[in-house]
Amino acid sequence: MSPAAKPAAKPKLAIFGAASCGGCDIAIVNIHEHIVDVAAAFDIVLWPTIMDGKYSDIEAMADGEITITLVSGSMRTDVTVHLAKLLRRKSQFMVSFGSCASEGCIPGLANLSSRKEILDTAFSTSSTDNPDGLRPVWECQVPEGVLRLPEFEPVLRTLDQVVEVDYTIPGCPPESNQIWAALEAVVKALNGTGPLPPKGSVLGAGESTVCDECARKRDVKKISQFVRIQQVAKFDPEICLLEQGLPCNGSATRSGCGALCPAVSAPCIGCYGAAEGVVDYGARLMSAFASVVEATQPEEIDRVLDGIADPVGQFYRFSLAGSLLRSGRAAWQKDGE
Amino acid sequence: MSTQAPVAPAPAEGTGAATIAEATTFEPVIIGFTCNWCSYRAADLAGTARTKYPPNVRLIRLMCSGRLDPTFVLKAFSEGADAVLVSGCHPGECHYIEQNYKALRRFQLLSRTIQALGIEPGRLQLVWASAAEGVRLAGEIARVTEEVRELGPLNWPAGEIVDIDNVTLEAAWEATGGDAGGPPETPGGANPQHAAESAEAAR
Repeated sequence: MSPAAKPAAKPKLAIFGAASCGGCDIAIVNIHEHIVDVAAAFDIVLWPTIMDGKYSDIEAMADGEITITLVSGSMRTDVTVHLAKLLRRKSQFMVSFGSCASEGCIPGLANLSSRKEILDTAFSTSSTDNPDGLRPVWECQVPEGVLRLPEFEPVLRTLDQVVEVDYTIPGCPPESNQIWAALEAVVKALNGTGPLPPKGSVLGAGESTVCDECARKRDVKKISQFVRIQQVAKFDPEICLLEQGLPCNGSATRSGCGALCPAVSAPCIGCYGAAEGVVDYGARLMSAFASVVEATQPEEIDRVLDGIADPVGQFYRFSLAGSLLRSGRAAWQKDGE
Repeated sequence: MSTQAPVAPAPAEGTGAATIAEATTFEPVIIGFTCNWCSYRAADLAGTARTKYPPNVRLIRLMCSGRLDPTFVLKAFSEGADAVLVSGCHPGECHYIEQNYKALRRFQLLSRTIQALGIEPGRLQLVWASAAEGVRLAGEIARVTEEVRELGPLNWPAGEIVDIDNVTLEAAWEATGGDAGGPPETPGGANPQHAAESAEAAR
């Protein structure tokens, strides 16, 4: 399958969105005129968001026929898992694209709830217009045959919990310039003009933390209270947001975004995932936050920590499904849906 | 929830309904992180003095309780520990001046987070013990062991979904006993669903 052996055939590219918002696809299109280069370099065989394509065509391919598959989105239903496994078989390189595929992202917070709770929220809250109390049925008999909906799995999983992943491109969504840089590296490797990144690499991001890219000054490293962003009229534009009491996740988050959020006085929320070498994003962040709290008495510490209203949302907003614990216990309750 | 006896490592006993007898055979696995300068020596002293404490605790020596990365605790839970005991020097007596205060803050923050994830606070405990307090540490280990025995197995299901390919989540789900004991009370009234909603709202 080396490109040298078949110079005429363009390498095949598939882009598949599982449980995702579509933002990753928009970020890919957002590489502007480079999208033409992508089209020139690759034969795009599947990209459901952008073009028509049939899964049966993928099934008909030989194993490894697709050169690269980018999967954005997490593994929520049995169908996405099936398709991820299918694409893995057919692809030489499987890329976990964006936060959902890599660490669960916002959809991963559903791992705090059971399937019943999730469906209750979607179909049976007081603000839902659903007078007949309709619920999805996974299988439905109609005159033409049996209709089947993709069925929820008990917990949402990341791509690498389902199939082997070769590369990861982090971000929610990945920054467009980084996407192009990552794709370019692979294109060069295929042309034989550059080295192939080692398997398991994180592409399109730095190895350090957002703090490293952030221009704000930090030296005090002591905080006596946490504030929420809406409680402060104006933050000092020069000083570290964490030192000003705003829970900013930059110290555990991978660099690569250019520290866009703290530059405009919004705290880093961690969309680029864990920095190099961090096993559990939330654990690293808890460690960092606890280190800078200026309090020594348990009651005093509790008072400061009360400022973090939602610890799981703060520490695992993007990474719950990919964390060591992977879910809340509630996700595993079987409650007769 | 302590009726989830099927997950207890009951040796030799066959299948069948959980009985009280079976439930009491549950031997919790407790990972204990001890400080080189105090609690590890306290445990050592307990041993030298032939003070008995339950063998359920597996002690790991750190140079200081301030070395305790929350990752260690989460990894212990995710790989089968029923509880984690953190111990260090009494406040004001740290060999490294103030790192045990750091440990205290990490403990309090981590405790909040695991409770929001549905893990009972009794499964993560902090005990101060000086090098001279062998008897006290032994007593605390016994107390924690009994408390965790009451709580029953943690049986955190994360490990079941680590393996890629061909893992049937349904089987893992069944193995957790489903909601046999009903949902665990999340102390502090934290509703995980609200947590998810507020996180989305904050975006």
